Formats: sequence, structure tokens, C-alpha cells
Amino acid sequence: MRVNLTVNGRPQEADDVWEGESLLYVLRERMGLPGSKNACEQGECGSCTVRLDCVPVCSCLVAAGQAEGREVVTVEGLAEYARQRAEGGATGARGATGVRGGESASLDAARRWQARGTDSQTGENIELAPVQQAFIEAGAVQCGFCTPGLLVAADELLEHHPDPTDEDIREALSGNLCRCTGYEKIMDAVRLAAARRSEGAGA
Amino acid sequence: MDFLRPASWEEALAAKAEHPTAVPIAGGTDVMVEINFDHRRPEYLMDLNRVADLTEWEVGEDFVRLGASVPYTRIMEDLRTELPGLALASHTVASPQIRNRGGVGGNLGTASPAGDAHPALLAAGAEVEAESVRGTRRIPIDAFYTGVKRNALAPDELIRAVHVRKADGPQQFSKVGTRNAMVIAVCAFGLAVHPDTRTVRTGIGSAAPTPIRATAAEEFLNAALEEGGFWDNGKVVTPSAVKRFADLCAAACDPIDDVRGTAAYRRHAVGVMARRTLTWTWESYRGARRTTEGAA
Amino acid sequence: MTANGAPTGLTQGSTTRGGIGESTLRPDGVLKVTGEFAYASDMWHEDMLWGQILRSTVAHAEIVSIDTSEALATAGVYAVMTYDDLPTDVRHYGLEIRDTPVLAHGKVRHHGEPVAIVAADHPETARRAAAKIRVEYRELPLVTDEASATAPDAVLVHEHRTDHHSGHVPHPNIVHRQPIVRGDADAAAGRADVIVEGDYCFGMQDQAFLGPESGLAVPGEDGGVDLYIATQWLHSDLRQIAPVLGLPEDKVRMTLSGVGGAFGGREDLSMQIHACLLALRTGKPVKIVYNRFESFFGHVHRHPARLHYEHGATRDGRLTHVKCRIVLDGGAYASASPAVVGNAASLSVGPYVCEDVDIEALALYSNNPPCGAMRGFGAVQACFAYEAQMDKVAAELGLDPVEFRRINAMEQGTLMPTGQRVDSPAPVAELLRRVKAMPMPPERQWESSEGADVRQLPGGLSNTTHGEGVVRGVGYAVGIKNVGFSEGFDDYSTARVRLEVAGGRPVVTVHTAMAEVGQGGVTVHAQIARTELGVAEVTIRPADTQVGSAGSTSASRQTYVTGGAVRNACELVREKVLEIGRRRLGPYHPAWATAELLLEGGKVVTDGGEVLADLVDVLEDEVVEVEEEWRHRPTEPFDPRTGQGNGHVQYSFAAHRAVVEVDTELGLVKVIELACAQDVGKALNPLSVVGQIQGGTVQGLGIAVMEEIVVDPVTAKVRNPSFTDYLLPTILDTPALPVDVLELADDHAPYGLRGVGEAPTLSSTPAVLAAIRDATGLALDRTPVRPEHLTGTAADQDPPGGARNVTPSAPPGALTKSHTARGT
Repeated sequence: MRVNLTVNGRPQEADDVWEGESLLYVLRERMGLPGSKNACEQGECGSCTVRLDCVPVCSCLVAAGQAEGREVVTVEGLAEYARQRAEGGATGARGATGVRGGESASLDAARRWQARGTDSQTGENIELAPVQQAFIEAGAVQCGFCTPGLLVAADELLEHHPDPTDEDIREALSGNLCRCTGYEKIMDAVRLAAARRSEGAGA
Repeated sequence: MDFLRPASWEEALAAKAEHPTAVPIAGGTDVMVEINFDHRRPEYLMDLNRVADLTEWEVGEDFVRLGASVPYTRIMEDLRTELPGLALASHTVASPQIRNRGGVGGNLGTASPAGDAHPALLAAGAEVEAESVRGTRRIPIDAFYTGVKRNALAPDELIRAVHVRKADGPQQFSKVGTRNAMVIAVCAFGLAVHPDTRTVRTGIGSAAPTPIRATAAEEFLNAALEEGGFWDNGKVVTPSAVKRFADLCAAACDPIDDVRGTAAYRRHAVGVMARRTLTWTWESYRGARRTTEGAA
Repeated sequence: MTANGAPTGLTQGSTTRGGIGESTLRPDGVLKVTGEFAYASDMWHEDMLWGQILRSTVAHAEIVSIDTSEALATAGVYAVMTYDDLPTDVRHYGLEIRDTPVLAHGKVRHHGEPVAIVAADHPETARRAAAKIRVEYRELPLVTDEASATAPDAVLVHEHRTDHHSGHVPHPNIVHRQPIVRGDADAAAGRADVIVEGDYCFGMQDQAFLGPESGLAVPGEDGGVDLYIATQWLHSDLRQIAPVLGLPEDKVRMTLSGVGGAFGGREDLSMQIHACLLALRTGKPVKIVYNRFESFFGHVHRHPARLHYEHGATRDGRLTHVKCRIVLDGGAYASASPAVVGNAASLSVGPYVCEDVDIEALALYSNNPPCGAMRGFGAVQACFAYEAQMDKVAAELGLDPVEFRRINAMEQGTLMPTGQRVDSPAPVAELLRRVKAMPMPPERQWESSEGADVRQLPGGLSNTTHGEGVVRGVGYAVGIKNVGFSEGFDDYSTARVRLEVAGGRPVVTVHTAMAEVGQGGVTVHAQIARTELGVAEVTIRPADTQVGSAGSTSASRQTYVTGGAVRNACELVREKVLEIGRRRLGPYHPAWATAELLLEGGKVVTDGGEVLADLVDVLEDEVVEVEEEWRHRPTEPFDPRTGQGNGHVQYSFAAHRAVVEVDTELGLVKVIELACAQDVGKALNPLSVVGQIQGGTVQGLGIAVMEEIVVDPVTAKVRNPSFTDYLLPTILDTPALPVDVLELADDHAPYGLRGVGEAPTLSSTPAVLAAIRDATGLALDRTPVRPEHLTGTAADQDPPGGARNVTPSAPPGALTKSHTARGT
């Protein structure tokens, strides 16, 4: 079957979709957006979290056909989504537009991959959402496989609760498993992003 | 596999009549796991997300008519007053992401004894609104669960809504799992105090082939409360009555040993939860009574 | 002993920004937060096929027949292969013992063993085709525990063993056995005032890395194959893959793709050979991605163990002797079992002084799932048991458990049970002192003005208590872990470092085959290069087999060994650069010949701080490149009868204090705080070091209260291969994790550093168990502790062997068991 949806502000179309395919599979394998991760495919880890019509969901549990006509934001579009939210002040605006095209992690990309020098360490020259920047700086990223889903969930938390308590953070992220960090640096990252946001708001 | 996308409730009923094997999918929590892990290959998958009124609810005089697909997040945030037990239960469902998608219709359709909504529905009192092209009927919740993962729906029927009795007194819900979040119930317990009818109702999950009520425990407690004049005098229920109630709740269980827990533990835990939830709700009832009397 | 935190063995005193000791940020961080980092399962190739593995549905059976005809006839299917289709006579692989068939041959030995492989144009086509393969099994009797493995009529899991351990094991169903005898434990027992015995059971843990096993094999025009893969050791994979394919190693070109965690679970091969076979057979790229269900069958797990311990002590709190017997279940194939046995045996006494020991550790072959490497590697199981014992002895003596440990704590100079002298700092007592000195978390922190915050109580969101039945407990533990490969293994790494001028600036490129699995090796390598070469701009090349082996990313060894190799190569590069400088510029300044020269800030400077030249002017167009192997000091094998020998390179130590609150009625546990003090020698990147300690700590927490692969003792089948029933700690199960990092240099190691990753996984589990015992008064002798163990509701007839399948747990209120006080 054919499925049409808007991903990161861009209309996308997928053909020959098998009816049992998940939104996660379509994003990863048909739309060149492998940022959402396939860690458990049973809604028990949150690595595939995307926003479906603004709401965080496990994309592995959304049948591709159910996404027909819907708007999806993935980690690849998170920076742009956050930028538009900051500019427009419209929290939870339906969808974002004009996002950087999702480049497939093709073999070429894999061959080209290099750990970059000092520039990329701090994210200079690359536009990141505040929560993405905070994850890097706080040491919340190790293997990084849980990171995309955590970022989508954490960004949504801060959108609605700019000043969360530790228990609020833990509850909001309780659907996202991380196996590397023990979560403490993830807590630090969300606290950091929240603190910066309130500083920014106060200024 | 065919993917059916009815745009309205009527279309959905027609499709279900035409393809009784069609598997309805809304939140996807159960169905997609089975598909992803190759446990199920339904001939037809029927998406109910397009049927808008399934995600709506109406608060009536005595009942809340809760659309089958109202997400758990909405129940826990917007229906805490009307459906406190179900709201508490909703808060224990899986993860925030799942609560954003899943609804009570899925729990009822799957009818797993571990479904989190069941004990709360049993305790509150509810009727399932089932419909087919042949017509609509309301199935009392007590008659809905017919076996392990089996329910009273006919092959051509779909769940449109569940009518849950509005709370007229305190309600509680507890669930035991071996993790502090995102966990399937080892066992669960719901309790609702109904001052209007001077009854207490219960619901037990994951401790029998189907969700059940602890009927003998309810009868004992209702009699004890009546005899002792507790509804009127607002006294603390005697520890021996609480213990007897808890023991009868444990005795109502017919659990199994499985990978999530032992039968003996389930029975034990149901007893503890029965005692605690009765204590919490009764304290709350007494507190509310005092407030009312103080105001009078 | 060097001042805390000062690096030792600096080869030059560079102060270049971004060097060692700073918390520089991950070079792959931006890619990972934008979703652009390419993990193995993200690989994509035009025209690629999907591979699918058919796995055995039974644990032990003869394969009577396999019929693939219907699968082959399915539209969209390009290949179906079984054992008979393998291209060469090399049809087995294995880390130490080549006992694992690429595809099952004649029989299957465990549930989930690969039987056949399929390549098709869509994963669903491949799955449907695999389901059409008909395999007829004739089931065989099972070996599931020590009794069934060594019974007189025991079925042999491997009938014709010829491996190098087969000659010395007491039974063919024992993979390897290592005794350690030192002093005279029986005589020493006579001096003991108290003797405490205990039996312990350790459940099977899964690495549960989040990125499932995946890879992409692309057939080359030269008949070779390119494999993009998530692994821990490229060259070890290569040595196992190439002979099966019948290709020379240079025709199997391996590139590390993004690795979504490892923790030991990627040390063995999973889908590597299968993907290559299908790619070579079909002439098309083949991608294989396990789902979570399959991942539970696709890698080895942490060995479950049964441990018997006897500790003796004098009234004044000194250990007299330790006897122990550790039986690890290795499952159907050897994997890393022999090395795990060596570790379990040699570290079985813990970080304590004890002259008289009698130790035996062994691993079984059984029909349970194969077990091998996982973070902590044999030391984890032992630490759980010996720390429980230390608490029991302390209680018996009426001593504070921390004080009893302090009295017996080893220090620099102490002899290990193997006779090896610990020749670098061993601050065991200091770590305990520090972790005990940390402030305690406040009591009843779950109380708020609006009532109890259930999120901070046992049961969490499930709303099981508002404070009823909740009792707090505190427990301590400390552990010892070896760093690096042991027992005479030629443990080395290779680094290629290149310095050149690009875009008018000096630029360093570091190329190693080290698998970055999340630990941050790429961050540290760049820091080392900056420190050693005084150059800000460092590029880390992707790991592949175009450079020499780096060894495995395991045994806490990569910063030590590959870090050492990078430092060594940088030193050689620096010498060459200075050589060029002397040749070209020496005549213009006498200091070139007379002064100690450093590279700093992109310049050559004297130790007096005088700038002699810009590197840009020294090098001009010249490129300096060095590739060198580097080795740490050699180790020796353990004597097969006495276990004596200098078997380990380095030891690392961590201590934990756990504070828990237990709902004693429901048996639910909330860990309130899990504090750690660890000596890391020198923290090359403090942020990463703390991240490692916290991550390891929480994996230990998981063992303590929830994680276990449950194997049915009757069928040997895995009962919970999913994240629904194999539970990992969520962020709501995880407490605050304060960390106190101690830096006492090991003069034998680069910069004085000590491997970090594993030690925190050891002591975390016993600390949590001790805290639960403190809260409940129960003698808990197994991991994980489940609610039924805390409420006297475990199944009545728990069969022996493996999971859930333990000695019946003590009823509530039971006190510590089996201690014999001897009169003085």
C-alpha cells in the first residue's frame, strides 16, 4: 500500500508498504531517517520515540497505515522544531517545516563517517536544540542508541514543564531505557537544559 | 494482510461485519508487538484511529461514557475526579508514550488478565458498549471477561465505549510489578467505596484466568460495615474486619506460577493491597464525612 | 605514591588544551544527538537483501531432516543455506575453542541455535520463508546443571573434545577447571574462632545492549566481501570469519559501524558469518538485523553460578582462611568460559589479605544458553558471594561490617591467592572510608505536603504503599577486578598516528581498530594525541581492519592498551618530527641540539619555554606517520594444579554504599542511593570516568533486584526473551549515584591510569543485597532478589539448576544461616 505523511515538515510518500510494517520501519528503511532506533520493537524501551501530531509515541507500535496524513517529528527534525518553537513561541505547534533533509545512513555515509575534531565537539557551527546541546555537554551520551528517543521525550517534557522537579523528569523519561549511563548524566542534561531555558526566559 | 481504514464508525461496523476476522488496531500496544515479533498475521488489520468519536468522552449524571480509544493520558489527567480508580490505573500503564496511544478499548479487546484497567472498571462498575451492524448492546463488566484473553464480544462486534459509573466515594488502585515503572502487573487490585449504595466493590487483576471481583470479600465487608453502622458513625473499620476482608480477597484468587511471579506471592500481595486500599479509601471517606459534617 | 590526580609517566609536559585530564566532549556527540550517527542497523545499500536466521525450537536434539524446498520456492527469496551449503571444511568458530557450528550440524545443543539462513527482498518475505523450512528434531536428554552434567551416565554435550582444556578436566562436560591452593586452609581453619559457610546462587544476566546485533555484508568485485559490523574486536572476528568463507583475511574487509552498547555481548560472533555467506552466495548486499527476541538468543550471557564459601576468622577480626567452590554454567558452547573460570578463581577471595586458601572454579558444558563475557567477567559472581560472607562473619564476630573489611583489606604489596604481589596502590580501606563518609540521604524523603510521592517509594507509580511497611537498610561492599587480558595472553594493541600540515595547520590523525562501543575511547585517544603532540586538531579515523589489531573493547583494557599504543605511536611521531626539525632548522639555533624539546601549541619549544619553530615550518610538505604495536608487561598462565602465577596485569577497586527502602510486606525494593568510591589511577577524562562508574553501578543494581534470564529447568528453554519480561532498571528505579573518584597512580600503566569500566559492576550488587538484608533481616542468597523471596512466597518446589530454580528461600524472619562458632 501507499502511505503519505509529513515528516519533519516535509511531505513524504512511501510505496509498496507491507501492511504489517510499523511507522518506525517506514521512517528508517523507506524514508532514510534511521535516527529513530529499533531497540526492542515492543514499546518497552522508548528508543523509537517520535512525535505523532505533537504527541510522543513509540513509532514501533504505530502501524504505518495509521500514520497516513499525520505529522511526524523525529530526532532528525528536533533542532528545527525547537528553533521554530522558540521563534514562534507557539509551544506544541503542529509540526515543523523546512527541516534539513534526512540523509540516509547509506554505505557512503558510513564510509565517510569520522569522529570529527574539536569543532564538532562543542557543536559549534551546527544548530542543535537546547536539549541536544545539553546531552552532549552533560555526558549523557555514551553508545547513543537510546539518545534519540530520550531527546524527543525530554524536549516534550520541557515544552510543557519548563521547570520540572527531579521526580517529574524521572516520570517523564520512565519509558526510555538507557543501558550505558545509569541515567545520572541524563538527569544532569535535562536539568541543564531547563536551567538554561529559565535563564534565557529571565534575561 | 489487508489494511482497512474506515473513516467513520458506520464504515468500521460494516467492515467488521464483512470481515469478522479483522483485527482492530488503535493504540497498537498489543497488536503491533504481535506483528513485529511474528506471533500474529491477521488477514485484515482495521485502523480505528480515523474514527474520531472513539477518542471522546461524555460525563453524564451517573456514568462517564468513555470512548474506546480515549488515551490513558487523558483519563489520568482529565478524569481524576469522575473516575479516580481508573485514573490511578491509567497512570500505571506501561510508559508515557504508551499512555499517549493506548485506551481502555484495547485492554477490553485483548482481555488479558494483566490489563491494568480491568480491576478499576470492576470496582467502579461499568458496562461495555458493544456494537455491530446488528445493533448495540451494553455488556455488564462482570459478564464481559469469559476466559483467558477471551471476552463476550461476538465476531462482528466492536467496542465503541465503556460506561463507567461516576465515583460517589473514594477509589484506589494498586499494582505490583518488579520494577518501579513500565511493568506488567504481577497482580493488581482496585477498590471503590460507594456510599450511595453503601457498598464496596473490588477488582483483581493477574491473579486468576480472568479479571475478577472478590465477591465473598465484598459481601462480608458490606455486611460488616452495615452491621457496625460504619457508614453513619464514620469510625475506623475494625482491624479484624479489615484482615478478614483482605484474607477473603486473597482467597478469591486462582493464580498460577509464571515467569513474573509465584501463585503464592500473588495471593499474598492481593491480600496486602486489599488491606491497604481499604484503609486508604475508608480514611478518605471518613475525612470527607467529617468535612461535610463540619460544614453543616 | 604520587599526589592524587597527577598523571605519571608523561612523555612530555605538554599543557595543550583538550589534553588528558580534561572532560573534553565526545567527538561523535553531535552525530549521536542529531540521529545521524550510523549504527550497524542503520546501514542501507541499494538492491540489498535481508537475511533471516531459523533457530532451533528445542534445546537438545538430533536433526533428523531439514527440508528447505518450499522456502526456496518462495517469490522474493534469493538463497537458503544450511550446514551442507557451507563453502569450506572450516565450519566451526569460537573465541578460545572452535566448538560452535556456523549452522547446526546433525544436532542442536541449545534453544535458539542457528539452523538455517535465508536471504530475501523484504524482511517479511525472509521471515515467511524461514517459517516454511521444515526441521524434524529427535529430542535428546538434557544437561542442565552440575548433577546432570557429571552423572555417571551423563549425556556428553560435545562427544569428541580435542581442545587444550580437554586433557585436564575431570569430566568432558566441564569446559575448564582452575584450582588455587595456597598455604594450608585446613590447618588455618583450626585457628579460627568462627567459621561461616554459605551457598549462593547467581542468576543469568543479559548484556541487553540497546542496539541489536546487526550488520551489512557487501560482496566485492574481487570475490571478497566488505562487512560493516557492530563488534568489540574486529580482528578476532576476522580470524574466525575468513576461514569459514575460504577467503584470505585481506579479502574480508571489516569496518566498525556504530555500536549500540556491548558489555561483553559482542565479543563472540553473531550474524557476521551468516551475512557474509548470504552475500557471497547471492552476489548482493545482505543486511541482517536481529529483533529483541532474537537478540536474547544471538549472544552469550553472563554465567549463572552456584557458589559455596567457607570463611574463618579469629575473634579479633582477622580472616584465617577461605575455601570456595564456584560452579559456572557455560551453556552449550565454550565462548569465553575458560577465561571466566580463571578470573572467578583468582579473584574469588576479594580484596582481602588471606594466606590460606583452597579454591576451585569450573565451567560446565550444558544445554542451557551459552554464556561468556559480560562486564565484570567472573569477578561479579564471586564478589556477590564473598561480600555476603564478609557480612555474615562480621555479624558473627559482632563487628561493624566496614570495620571488619578494613581490618582485612589488602594494600600495595599484598599477595593474591595466586601468589602474585599487588605492586601498585590498592586503597581498599580508603575507598570504604570514603564511601562511608558520604552524607546519608534524608529519611522519608518521599513525604511531601500533598502526601506521599509514590514515585519515591517502593512500587513507584504502581501506588502500592504510602509508607506502610517501608523499612530502610544500608549495605556496603567492595570488589577487585583485573584489568586487561590475563594468563599469559599476548595482549597488545596497534596505533597508526599521522602528523601533517593541512590547510596551513598541523593536523593529527589517529587510526586504530579499537571498537568504540560507547565507552569514549575515541574521546580519550584524541586527548592523548593533543597532550603528546601539542596539536589541537585531531581526527579519529573509523576503526577497520586496514590497521593492526587493537584487541577487544573489554576487560576495562582499551584506555590502558590502545591508549598506550596511541601514546607510544605519538612519541615515535614526535621523535621523527624533532629529527626533521634538527635536520632542517638545527643549524639556525643551538637549542635544537642542546635543549629538551617539546611540542606545544603547534610549535616546537624548549623545556625553558622558548619557541624554536612552528610545526608548519618544520614539516612543510612532509607527512610523518607511524604504526606500532604496543604491549603491557607480560602475564603468566596459572599453574593448572595450584593456580599460582603472575596472571594479571593490573587490579582495580571500587566500593559501594547502598541505601534502600523495602516494602517489607510486598517485598518491593526502592534503591534510594547508590554511592561509589573508585580508584582510577588517573582520570584521563573525568566526565567519561564518572559515566562509566555510574553505568556499571546500575548494571549491578539490575542484577540485585530484577535482571535474570529465566531458563526452564525441564526444557532448557528461555522463558523471558523480551524487554517485557527481562526487566532493566528504568530511570525511576535508579537513584542518585554520587561518585568519589580517587586517583592513585599505577606506575606501570600509561599516565598511571587504571581500567575503569568493570569494577563498579562488582560491588554494586552485593551492596544492594546487604542493604536489603539490613532492612529485612533475611538471609538472601541469590540474585536477583524477587518479591517472593522477601515475603516467603517463593514456589514450594523450586527445582535445582538455573534460574528461579533455586534453593527455597528462607522464610521471613529467618536469620543468617549455617554458622558455627568455635569456642575459644
